[in-house]
Amino acid sequence: MPEKSFLEKLRTSATAQRRLSIAIRLIIAVFLIIFSIFPVLWVISASLSPTGTLATQRLIPANPGLDNYRTLLSMQQFPFWSWFLNSIKISSITAVLSLSITTVAAYAFSRFRFRGRQTMLKAILLINVFPSLLALVAIFLMFSQVGDVIPFLGLDNHNSLVLVYLGGAMGVNIWLMKGFMDTIPRDIDESAQVEGASDWQIFTRLILPLLRPILIVILILNYITTYGDFVLARILLRSNEKYTLMVGLQIFAGAQFQQRWGVFAAGALMGALPIMIIYLALQDQIVGGLTRGAVKG
Amino acid sequence: MTSTPAPPVFKRGNSIQLPALPRLIRFALLIALDVAVFWLLNRLASLGYYPLMAAVLIITLFVNFVLIRREAYPLRWMLIGLIMMGLFTIYPIIFTVWVAFTNYGEGHLITKKQAIDQILDLTYLPPSGKAYSWTAFRSDEGDYALWLIDAEGNAYLAKPDEPLSQPQPGEMGVGPLDARGIPESIEGYRRLNQIQAATDRNLKNIKFGEEGKTIQIRSPSEAAELLPLYVYDPDLDAMINQETGVVYKNLRGTFTSADGKTLRPGFIEFIQFDNFRDFFISPALRGPLLRLVTWNFAFAFFSLLLNFSLGLFIAILFNDPNFPLKKLIRSLLIIPYTVPALITILIWRGMLNPDIGVISRFLYSTIGWSPQWFTDPWWAKIAILLVNLWLSYPYFMLICSGALQSISEEIYAAAEVDGANPWQKFWRITLPLLLVAVGPLLIASFTFNFNNFNLIYLFNAGGPPMAGTPTPAGHTDILISYVYNLAFSGSRGVNYGFASAITIIIFFIVGTITLFQFRYTRMWEEVGENA
Repeated sequence: MPEKSFLEKLRTSATAQRRLSIAIRLIIAVFLIIFSIFPVLWVISASLSPTGTLATQRLIPANPGLDNYRTLLSMQQFPFWSWFLNSIKISSITAVLSLSITTVAAYAFSRFRFRGRQTMLKAILLINVFPSLLALVAIFLMFSQVGDVIPFLGLDNHNSLVLVYLGGAMGVNIWLMKGFMDTIPRDIDESAQVEGASDWQIFTRLILPLLRPILIVILILNYITTYGDFVLARILLRSNEKYTLMVGLQIFAGAQFQQRWGVFAAGALMGALPIMIIYLALQDQIVGGLTRGAVKG
Repeated sequence: MTSTPAPPVFKRGNSIQLPALPRLIRFALLIALDVAVFWLLNRLASLGYYPLMAAVLIITLFVNFVLIRREAYPLRWMLIGLIMMGLFTIYPIIFTVWVAFTNYGEGHLITKKQAIDQILDLTYLPPSGKAYSWTAFRSDEGDYALWLIDAEGNAYLAKPDEPLSQPQPGEMGVGPLDARGIPESIEGYRRLNQIQAATDRNLKNIKFGEEGKTIQIRSPSEAAELLPLYVYDPDLDAMINQETGVVYKNLRGTFTSADGKTLRPGFIEFIQFDNFRDFFISPALRGPLLRLVTWNFAFAFFSLLLNFSLGLFIAILFNDPNFPLKKLIRSLLIIPYTVPALITILIWRGMLNPDIGVISRFLYSTIGWSPQWFTDPWWAKIAILLVNLWLSYPYFMLICSGALQSISEEIYAAAEVDGANPWQKFWRITLPLLLVAVGPLLIASFTFNFNNFNLIYLFNAGGPPMAGTPTPAGHTDILISYVYNLAFSGSRGVNYGFASAITIIIFFIVGTITLFQFRYTRMWEEVGENA
């Protein structure tokens, strides 16, 4: 078959045109996917490579093994396992407490009418424009002062870090949550009130179960944000075994990046995996939340 | 609306008629809290932490108000959140504003009173005046004691950090006196002869006697009491050196003499708008700061442009419900977004390493050349934009594909009837409608990148450094990373005051952009909805 007529045919046939367009887009997709997953593949390969330095690494390692992971978990100077547990502990506590504060406050904003309600809602938005990052100096000095009086709320303490994170609980997510609650008809509350239910009973028995989807999204975003936070933890935490994973990885990278690239890669991968799994498993819910204006740090 | 006329006493529910027990518990807890806060305030006051004290006091008064007054009932639901916001968001903001007008920083860390007290503790050895003759004793452990005899013939035993005593022979281990009235021995000590004493290196520097009344050796024959070196003159607000007569006047929180000599430590002092003036007109800072601010805006703008463009391109490419493997492709393409940013940035730092990173090695083996990603100012900027592209395009892809689906097919159909080509359809229909939907998120993204500390700091710590700047600054530094260096790196002395002033400038920039965003999205009006 002569080539020209083949092309002619392509141009005329709608299905063939569509196939060509899909083929081109698939090729572009392949390039984009390479761009997006190459660094991840590279890190997986580094973590399995027995030579373990930045200079010698190849994409397909010779004699892959788990030596880097063994080294990672047994280093004395860099207690990776403690960092990991610290991060999970701090993120879980923060996510749950922060969600509770946000939800209860949003309930009050959605269901009660009181003086200053609208002003407060606006103020919450404006105040959060001042990112906690900018208040680093003040927060650092504050905890060094509080620590002189109450040692368990001073510098180098997980309690302090959780409290600072909770300072952001009255944030933009209140708007998201309130907006969601506003869509729940008030008839439900009113009929329960007639039955003699208290506000707290209405909130916990009626409203809360209906909020499940948005609760999950905000909980997860809280968790991810806290888990990934670096700078507050870096400033408030001082001792090696108290670091969170992000701080620990940064310090390890600063100290032994090139020589122990493989070990770093193993740590990076183990640190990233929980979050990646959460994201990929719940991507539809999270995307829904993001487009509604939920925030991730 | 739930506002009902005064309810009958027996009405159940709605917490009008509070059961007695929870109410009692509430008041008991409130009293316990107040007692604890009272103790805390006392401690904070004794340490001189007045700003923090004021914050704790105001917040506690607020808590009392909310828990006692009936009309504050709705606020009880958000009380913990408000306390946290007050302590960790609002107080730091106010504190930052206060610090911005002071010289708080290295050399100016304590209050004026503390600094004056420290300077007044300094002493000097007067060249003349009341003197003692002395004899030295030394123990095997290296402790010293002096036997002093004043002009009237009174004898004293002096040891470091102990008050002078006047023991008779037999007391405190003092042995029998010789002809000149000096004990031949003191228990635990050996008497040093004149040559031993003259050659002993430590002896001359030791201060004997209790603090405030110390005695030091002045010459081989004399020891004398030390006098305060400085006297503070409150009228002049100056320190006067008693030895030389030089006057040190208070200059921006440091006592400074006419010829520029300063006394340590300095102290915190209000310096009005000096920090802001330095930011805008200091000749030494102008060059570096101008470059820094330009790059800050350029970085935020180009990041947004690149990330949004790629995200939108991908979203349009696969905006087709029947596209094969759509779900799989999307999952693979959002992977960069799922990795915590810090990890991503460090991985890219490894991959872009100019000599041994995979990208450089690949470039060397194919085209024989590779950019200096960390040491060349331009390539460092490009590297940062590249890493940011990888970090954020999936976010824009996600929000754009959501928004694209909300644009109705009918508009495109109508455009086709009018003979619009795909290019026109994109510029005239898709892009304007999309911008309406995702505009606010784009502005938010701009402000986020404007303060994207993690990327700048973790990738290259703002480097490569600029040459010859009075405070450390790098070619890829943005304002917030510059602030961080000023406040925490300490390589050339921390300066909290200047750092806070820049923080406030950043706040105004970001605040203006955000207000614009609120206007744009009519978020204010939304408050009224359902009211």
